[in-house]
Amino acid sequence: MASYIARRLAWLPLHLLLVTFFTFSIARFGPGDPVSVAAGQFRDPQVLERVRAERGLDGSLVEQYVRWVNRAVRGDFGQSFLQQGYSVGELIRGKILVSAQLGFISLLIVFGLGIPLGLLAARASGSWIDPLVISVLLFMQALPVLVVIPPLLWLFALRLDILPTGGWDGLVDIYWIRGVVAVPIPDPHLYLPLFVLSLPGFASIARLVRVTALEVLREDYVRTARAKGLSEYTVALKHVLPNSLLPIVTVIGFALTGILGGAFFTETLLGIPGIGRFTFEAVRSRDYDVILALTVIVSAAFVLVNLVAEIAYAFIDPRVRLGAESTT
Amino acid sequence: MTATAAAGPLDQPVPARGQSQGALLWSRLRRKRAAMASLVVIAAIYMMGIFAPVLAPYSYSQQDLDRQWEGPTADHWLGTDTLGRDMLSRAMYSARTTVIVTLAVVLSGSLILGNALGLLAGYRGGRIDSVVMRAGDVFAGLPDIMLLILINAAFGERVSSLTRWVDTHTFVSGLTATGAASYITVFGALTLFSWVGTARLIRSQVLQLRERDFVLAARAIGATPRRVISRHLLPNVSNLIILSVSGGLGAIAGSEIVLTWFGVGVQPPAASFGAMIFEAGSVRMFQTHPHLLMVPAAFVTALLFSFALLGDGLNDAVRGR
Repeated sequence: MASYIARRLAWLPLHLLLVTFFTFSIARFGPGDPVSVAAGQFRDPQVLERVRAERGLDGSLVEQYVRWVNRAVRGDFGQSFLQQGYSVGELIRGKILVSAQLGFISLLIVFGLGIPLGLLAARASGSWIDPLVISVLLFMQALPVLVVIPPLLWLFALRLDILPTGGWDGLVDIYWIRGVVAVPIPDPHLYLPLFVLSLPGFASIARLVRVTALEVLREDYVRTARAKGLSEYTVALKHVLPNSLLPIVTVIGFALTGILGGAFFTETLLGIPGIGRFTFEAVRSRDYDVILALTVIVSAAFVLVNLVAEIAYAFIDPRVRLGAESTT
Repeated sequence: MTATAAAGPLDQPVPARGQSQGALLWSRLRRKRAAMASLVVIAAIYMMGIFAPVLAPYSYSQQDLDRQWEGPTADHWLGTDTLGRDMLSRAMYSARTTVIVTLAVVLSGSLILGNALGLLAGYRGGRIDSVVMRAGDVFAGLPDIMLLILINAAFGERVSSLTRWVDTHTFVSGLTATGAASYITVFGALTLFSWVGTARLIRSQVLQLRERDFVLAARAIGATPRRVISRHLLPNVSNLIILSVSGGLGAIAGSEIVLTWFGVGVQPPAASFGAMIFEAGSVRMFQTHPHLLMVPAAFVTALLFSFALLGDGLNDAVRGR
């Protein structure tokens, strides 16, 4: 197993090289020369040349790329064009923190609510509720974030006036009862983004758990457990649940990328200063160094999360041998 | 997965002698009400798009600045937008954009590229397999929305100058005026990302199939790889192909909408649900003129939901449930 992990980790740098070169070439292909943006109103060719050299944007594409890699491996991802004077690392750090908090809580909601609901749905299989539940879950997955947010904002922020229209104010808010007793509550800015971010993931996890639980319910060991006279509750908790959770491990990676993709729109539309909104702004203004740094982070995270999921799967299910070509 | 997997409940149609896989799949699918209803919705929206030039009461770009933001009236069944354009006609032409983009991308990305690479990688194995799968990993690991936007931004202008060149230098003319350039760019970018899922699915199935006796038998009597792939493997993965195509359609439709919403997809005045959603825009607009958002939202949600329901039904039918 160690050699398998080592091999997979050895592939990571090459993977990142391929991914960044792809992004790099496309970014450099685009219209809107970043140097003329950076130079502002100065149109002096000498100045432009100097700025170009400063930013490592002179020479051929490959030369530029090699220079960028050289700096990147030392942790220097360049400077933002949009927010001059700040390094990309500085800018990203704070925003990752915001998105990570949001993403982590959404993951908890996705799995915390999706798994029990999936088990419940499996128990309802065969009754008239079953197709209804599946349809509602599929509907949640199909709802596009872009059209969900404006009505939600209108209802909760304008009409009912109980939630803020957007923004970010940390995780915890203090609610004062009569100005004396302080009760910590989740910050109201969190409710809408968490709802929108968790909805599709929650629905897909619930559906996945339902399908696997249905398969597990047909297994002989479940029948044995029931035959022994165990209560339905014990059967569900001790026999069905653990075995239904196996495939969940493999989709954590996808759940995470789903949340990242959702963050792109959710953070932008709700004005949350996280990675998603930062990506949106960077792409919109062609902030190349930021775009490249974001590509590296997202790709590396994707590879690592999937690797961790694979290893976890092998630990939980001894039948799985890492590195063996799976034929299922 | 094929005939052997028909061990579902007893009331399921089982393969009759000489019945093709497609016919079996259809007979199973026909028993699923939700899937059939969604098929009707999808067909209706696609027909609406295909026959938009005949059906639409107005042109998608005809403005009437005296009649902006009108709610539904007898003249304009779904109201008018910010420029006084008829919302129903806009929606019909938006469906047309969806039809063009989804069909083109599915055909090239999933059906041709994804299939060919999946079959090749699974059957040949070894180095070809590694290269194809690693390339798939790279694409799967990229932040796709960001890359799609970058690609469209980078190549949009190039493609439109190409269409201008074609207009002036070849016997073709009027290509630029059709707005084909932005469609081509969107198509190219989405194709680049749409093959991975299909290829992986097909490959994993082929890995199993190539160990089966009938493949061995075919090879033993001297069938060429080309014949084995086209006559023995392809028919056995056809159900999976249908499955991945139905799954891909919704994702592709959604991506086009997102790209156009961002401003790098289909260019105005061409209609797209993405453009309609963008124009409906802010909360304030939703407060004063909710129909601007509700019309595209209803069509898009109906379409994506139907694709999801159909995919779910197909999935059950393929697996013999």
